[in-house]
Amino acid sequence: MSASGKQQYPMVSNGRRGPLRDAVFFLVLGGLSSCFVLLIVLLLAADLSFTSPTAFAAALRKPEIQAAFRLTMLTCTLAAVLSVWVATPLGYLLSRFRFPGSRIVDVIVDIPIVLPPLVLGLSLLILFHQPFPLTRWLGLADTEAAGVGAVGAATGRPAGWILEDWLEESAGIPVTYRWPAVVLAQFAVSCAFAVRTMRVTFDQINPRAEDVARTLGCTRGQAFLHVALPQAWRGILTAGTISWARALGEFGPILVFAGATRFRTEVLSTSVFLELSVGQLDAAVAVSLMMVLMAVAVLLFLRWLGAGMST
Amino acid sequence: MIELADVSVRSGEYLLEGMSFQVQAGAYAVLMGRTGIGKTTLLEAICGLRRVLRGRVLLGGVNVTGWSPGDRRIGYMPQDLALFPTMTVRQHLEFAQRLQRASQSVMAARVGELAELLEIGHLLSRGVRGLSGGEAQRVALGRALAARPALLLLDEPISALDAETRSSARRMLKTLNRQTGVTVLHVTHDQEDAELLGDVCLRLERTGTGRVQVICAGAAT
Repeated sequence: MSASGKQQYPMVSNGRRGPLRDAVFFLVLGGLSSCFVLLIVLLLAADLSFTSPTAFAAALRKPEIQAAFRLTMLTCTLAAVLSVWVATPLGYLLSRFRFPGSRIVDVIVDIPIVLPPLVLGLSLLILFHQPFPLTRWLGLADTEAAGVGAVGAATGRPAGWILEDWLEESAGIPVTYRWPAVVLAQFAVSCAFAVRTMRVTFDQINPRAEDVARTLGCTRGQAFLHVALPQAWRGILTAGTISWARALGEFGPILVFAGATRFRTEVLSTSVFLELSVGQLDAAVAVSLMMVLMAVAVLLFLRWLGAGMST
Repeated sequence: MIELADVSVRSGEYLLEGMSFQVQAGAYAVLMGRTGIGKTTLLEAICGLRRVLRGRVLLGGVNVTGWSPGDRRIGYMPQDLALFPTMTVRQHLEFAQRLQRASQSVMAARVGELAELLEIGHLLSRGVRGLSGGEAQRVALGRALAARPALLLLDEPISALDAETRSSARRMLKTLNRQTGVTVLHVTHDQEDAELLGDVCLRLERTGTGRVQVICAGAAT
């Protein structure tokens, strides 16, 4: 304010300079953002231009790709169901309770997210085939009777209880290089994403409602089942969908732990690799496009779920 | 009757020590104190949601200190009401009865009683998302009363209501206390609430030594 009480205005109006500054801002913002969007669009366009509808249809008629599609649907669904089954209680535990070691559990759960995929596959392979010497020392496994000791002696490895042998001999379920290995490799990664989703879901649910339920006669388990779980249904669907999508894109651990045997452990992600390795680019691109379509469908479903949550 | 004898309870780094008071059966007690002094913590300790480190909580002369919340016959209405978003109003009123495996006829009779008492009969089939503040408050109250508790703990139950609704809510709470005979412990910041509702006024205050204690217990003025 001047001495006379009148407002002193700047010599150059902000009204004139404002739109120009805003235009520069939006130009920079739009330019940088469009780089990434353009890259994705170009990638998809490149895939589309590489193949023709006829070649696409022909590739998808191949029996090995149809088998891979069926196995993919089966393993992804199993991995997603298992992930939700484990992630729901674990997410609730991490969200609601502080216990000794809870921070460590929180970190451990995230390890599959940051671990290089091949390392995860290798770790699974070792877990299933490395003898557990401790069990022998503790007398928990009769390794000689099971023939494990002999194998150990022949290979020079320390003898002991082996998970893969036990599963095959006791339960009749061989895992490594079979389709259960595909599910396990997918589950190991997708469950970590599901746990994150479920933890955030339960963080957003008012824990006081469960407290009130307990004063009304619920046990902690009943409060979880009757009050928290019904509120978490969208989170459960989201966790399942994310797990399914993550399982669909899994490749490294599957290749190492389950292999890529046609009609046996081949899923769509390994189909791309197998088709490329035999020079069948058309088929590789067709499978890739099929996976793109599946991924888009999953994304649309997630967006729909997200819209429902926000309203 | 509710009695706290030398009760100590922790909330994070905050410690309430040596809390002692008595409220006679059927009385309407008002608990006051400045924000953050531990009123909600004290209610949670009474209803068993927070562990009591030392001392005893007695309800009707019975030591319930180690009892689980559901066994104490206490109705608890938190400040944010904490309604169950996936349930209808009727399901809220039936919730405690279902846990006790009450028959359909008993449950229906109780729901009818509560709906009439709280004037929420027209809301029974509705979900709780679209309820007004006053309606939500009555539903939470009905849910807390459904299992006929001996003690009702109300954590600032009418602080979020407008003046008119607040006034009718006060009348309803007092009527409820008189008609059902339930002992009430009502946390409030509002002196008017204390004067209009309370038979007994309890005040949580920090003493000169830094300890938080119930230092005033007497008839509300």
